[in-house]
Amino acid sequence: MNNDLLKFDCIQLRDKIASREIKSVDAVNAVFTQIERCDSKIGAFLSTFKEQSLQRAADIDAKIGKGEKAGVLAGVPVAVKDNMCTTFGATTCGSKLLEKFYSPYNATVIDKLLAADAVIVGKTNLDEFAMGSSTENSGLKKTFNPWDLTRVPGGSSGGSAAALAGQMCFASLGSDTGGSIRQPASFCGLVGMKPTYGRVSRYGLVAYGSSLDQIGPFAKNAADCALMLNVIAGHDEKDSTSVDEKTASLKDFLAGIEKPFDGLKIAIVPQLFEGADSEVVNAVKAAIEVYKKSGAQVIEIEMPYFEYAIAAYYLIATAEASSNLARYDGVHYGYRSAKAKDYIEVYTKSRAEALGTEVKRRIMLGTYALSSGYYDAYYLKALKVRSLIRGDFTAAFQKADCIMMPTSPSTAFKVGEKTADPLQMYLSDIYTIAVNLAGVPAVSIPCGFDSKNLPIGLQVIGSAFDEDKLLKIARMFESTTNFHKKIPQL
Amino acid sequence: MTNINKKIIVGLEIHVQLATRTKMFCGCELVFAGRPNSRVCPVCLGLPGALPVMNRQAVEFSILTATALNCKIAEFTKWDRKSYYYPDLPKNYQISQYDLPIGSDGFIEIPLGDGTSKKIRIRRAHLEEDAGKNIHSGSYSQVDLNRAGTPLLEIVTEPDMNSPEEVRLLAIELQRIVRFLGVSEADMQKGHMRFEPNINLHIVKDGTVFKTPISEVKNLNSFKALERSVAYEAQRQFDDFMETGKCMQSGNKKTFGWDDVREATVLQREKEEAHDYRYFPDPDLVPVVVNEQWYGEIKSRLCELPLNMQARFTAQYGLNEYDASVLTSDRETAEYFDSAVKAGGEAKRICNLMTQTGLKIANERGCNVAQLGLEASRLAELAKITESGQISATAAVTIFKEMLESKEQPVQIAERMNLMQKSDAGELKKIVDEVFAANAQAVEDAKSDGKKTKKAIGFLMGQVMQKTKGTANPQVVAKILEEKLKS
Amino acid sequence: MQQKKIDIEQVRQVAKLSRLDLNEEEIAQFSVQLSSILEYVEKINQLDTSKAEPLAHCLPINNCLRADEVRPSLGTEKTLSNAPDRDEQFFIVPKILEGDITL
Ligand SMILES: [Mg+2]
Ligand SMILES: [Zn+2]
Repeated sequence: MNNDLLKFDCIQLRDKIASREIKSVDAVNAVFTQIERCDSKIGAFLSTFKEQSLQRAADIDAKIGKGEKAGVLAGVPVAVKDNMCTTFGATTCGSKLLEKFYSPYNATVIDKLLAADAVIVGKTNLDEFAMGSSTENSGLKKTFNPWDLTRVPGGSSGGSAAALAGQMCFASLGSDTGGSIRQPASFCGLVGMKPTYGRVSRYGLVAYGSSLDQIGPFAKNAADCALMLNVIAGHDEKDSTSVDEKTASLKDFLAGIEKPFDGLKIAIVPQLFEGADSEVVNAVKAAIEVYKKSGAQVIEIEMPYFEYAIAAYYLIATAEASSNLARYDGVHYGYRSAKAKDYIEVYTKSRAEALGTEVKRRIMLGTYALSSGYYDAYYLKALKVRSLIRGDFTAAFQKADCIMMPTSPSTAFKVGEKTADPLQMYLSDIYTIAVNLAGVPAVSIPCGFDSKNLPIGLQVIGSAFDEDKLLKIARMFESTTNFHKKIPQL
Repeated sequence: MTNINKKIIVGLEIHVQLATRTKMFCGCELVFAGRPNSRVCPVCLGLPGALPVMNRQAVEFSILTATALNCKIAEFTKWDRKSYYYPDLPKNYQISQYDLPIGSDGFIEIPLGDGTSKKIRIRRAHLEEDAGKNIHSGSYSQVDLNRAGTPLLEIVTEPDMNSPEEVRLLAIELQRIVRFLGVSEADMQKGHMRFEPNINLHIVKDGTVFKTPISEVKNLNSFKALERSVAYEAQRQFDDFMETGKCMQSGNKKTFGWDDVREATVLQREKEEAHDYRYFPDPDLVPVVVNEQWYGEIKSRLCELPLNMQARFTAQYGLNEYDASVLTSDRETAEYFDSAVKAGGEAKRICNLMTQTGLKIANERGCNVAQLGLEASRLAELAKITESGQISATAAVTIFKEMLESKEQPVQIAERMNLMQKSDAGELKKIVDEVFAANAQAVEDAKSDGKKTKKAIGFLMGQVMQKTKGTANPQVVAKILEEKLKS
Repeated sequence: MQQKKIDIEQVRQVAKLSRLDLNEEEIAQFSVQLSSILEYVEKINQLDTSKAEPLAHCLPINNCLRADEVRPSLGTEKTLSNAPDRDEQFFIVPKILEGDITL
């Protein structure tokens, strides 16, 4: 078996499968060889579909062999975070509560991947209900960072990031509520994008914070990211919060990605660099220098409300979560406690036994923020702060095309390092959270390595529906650097 | 001697099920009954990841109804989640409208039966989704979600009703309105309309006003139950007050269920719990903005409302209150009557044909009079020839029934069935002469001014009718008899 | 000692509202952790928000309406397929007490 093909990116592989230089079946086999070799160490997948994937790959090979038109991801092995509903395999959300939940329907993004003839090889681990920044909150398994197996892959989409960094797929999907795509992309040396809120359908994405959640891709480079976004973006009549063509026209994110961004204006917020590790700061500053060299202009701005984002976020996201997770009650589906003596205990014991501590903590915090007497002081106040934070972004994008800052204040931390103090874990999301509150798109791109050879991410934030600009900006950086090409030794 | 006066105070919370084809936020079909849990999809089952999308028809129906109830329509409204845990509520929150209801500050006018009416103020009208059903059986309960997600319009009145009778009248009037608008089947037995009265008394004792604790009554499945439960509660509260002197305090609202068999209220919940529903805007749905153009389109579907029509039928057509209310019980019947009158039929005559002959047949066939298949224009024609004496009232009934089976005009039927009245005085005089000749004794009795007179006249009339096979115009015959007997 | 933002009794009450049967250890731990989180999030009170509109949603859209058209339902078998307890056609739970909506 030729495992060399794992080094190809999505587009290369897709083209080679289309030209019948490589068979999709061989790509799928190579991926499963890699999974069998590495995933016992990494723990990226919660479920894999070897037989079905080989069958599907064979069907796609046959289709191509007959000269029929194939989708834009024809034969490419991909992975999805296990908080997207699929009619194949379980949809666990990383929770014991849903360990045996079999969805009768597919999430819209799953249908789109299938329509593009992608091969979904497995579903990946995550922090339970996407609540966390390290994937350590998964109720089902541990995931480790392919660059250093003693470290976390980031979270909550840690499994999708680790699967791609570990060469166990060619692209993957995650979801991002407060940084859950960008931070693991940064920790694992990948391109990871959170699209504009409303760009990608949330139908079938198990909700955490509904006004913040957004599905997005992990990719080996900007062009692959654009291709994945082309597949998953677009209005969905099943999701009232997905934007229609009238509000934001759908673009071909791949077209024109190679054309440099003339007259690029970058905003930076100097105070925000203060909170990050020096190695991270240095790499990010060096990256900004690269842009300067290619003709970009850098301006310094202030975003006075940015530092309030974590506080507002942990009130809004948990309030929504406390309501979104009320349905997990052991009545209609999911885990039911065997100890429940009456119907109220079906609720209280099923939830207490099957949900993890972090999930309980956020449900409690959100319930408190919405409860009578506290609503105005916490939830409503947080919504007002949210509008101030969005105002910061609106002002910034009047002056610049994008804002650049680190994705995370540090590189991947050690397993167990931050689990004792939840607040410290929350604070590590300082750079990513405000973006979700403002609903704007952002991408994390590999921009260097620290002295421990751990990847560092540069975050590029854009104005609403400007994903095409962000991808161009990302591609500009890749065209003069090689950070995105490095892979971990496994 | 103490001087005691009591006044009943009632406000209503009403849930009206909207007659859409599908549920409020998903495409599941709304069908009464059906196999349990068959009309359920990821959205109304509250599966992880499923999302709601508003049903346009439900939004428009609620705006239309709120407009008919004289409400202000919100230009901007949104959806909120109301949290509580119950097995028939799969998401454990209900999607509803909290601080921005689609309609507010309206009123409904109820006819009091004597030609006057009373305005009952409406505080708010908002749209929400229904829960499923819990069925209690033995040591466990069953849950059916077929009803979960059904669109409901919740209407809350001010406490403006002061008698059980007024409560029933409001319920009937509201039923009539929503049926006229075609927004609900409004069948109480089927739960399409659910009324929950909030009842208390203002008792004036020696010049001091005492307010009794409020009772809320649930499980009312008919207008009768609604009216009786209010009467029962009023009496129970009065007796309770006389015994204990207990007055209203915050939080001592009690919830009762109505026992239809015992005709009594049964206490369900002693204390109104401090509900903490944790309302907040539903992030899965976007706001509803009702602009001028859309509102105009919806308003154009408004029809003449029943109370207005009823008043017009008495004032313009001279019907009595009772007939006018019967004819306006549903929109189709009312409009049918109206067009028959406009086609030239005499109103009272048409009313009688509809309410006496038509209604009986319609009830047998399980439809309304308008649906019998008799066009308003032919009904008007039938009324005209009856009115002009061409046929008798009895013949009109026969022809009415016959017209349901054929497309002929009433005159054709009358001729075919030999039901045209003989009104030709010359011809009838001859027949009277023949009858007189054959019944000398009766003629004599009729002419005498004794106790046999009336009977004898009746007999002679009968003979004439028999000879003409019932086609003689009785008014003309009576006149001839009178003249001939005098001479 | 400084007053906790959320004491043991409040934690109990919130757990009840959240339908979580927490043990004493969890209750004590949450009182400490939630108090420190609440103390942190209260930094938003430093801000003057008198001119800020609450922002529940970033989207510039409204009136996302669907036509009143029937779509396929799951049918009884699929609806009940994940049920922890069921009979032929219903979900089954221990007996529910009438009118007992809240704890
Ligand atoms: Mg209600
Ligand atoms: Zn449904």
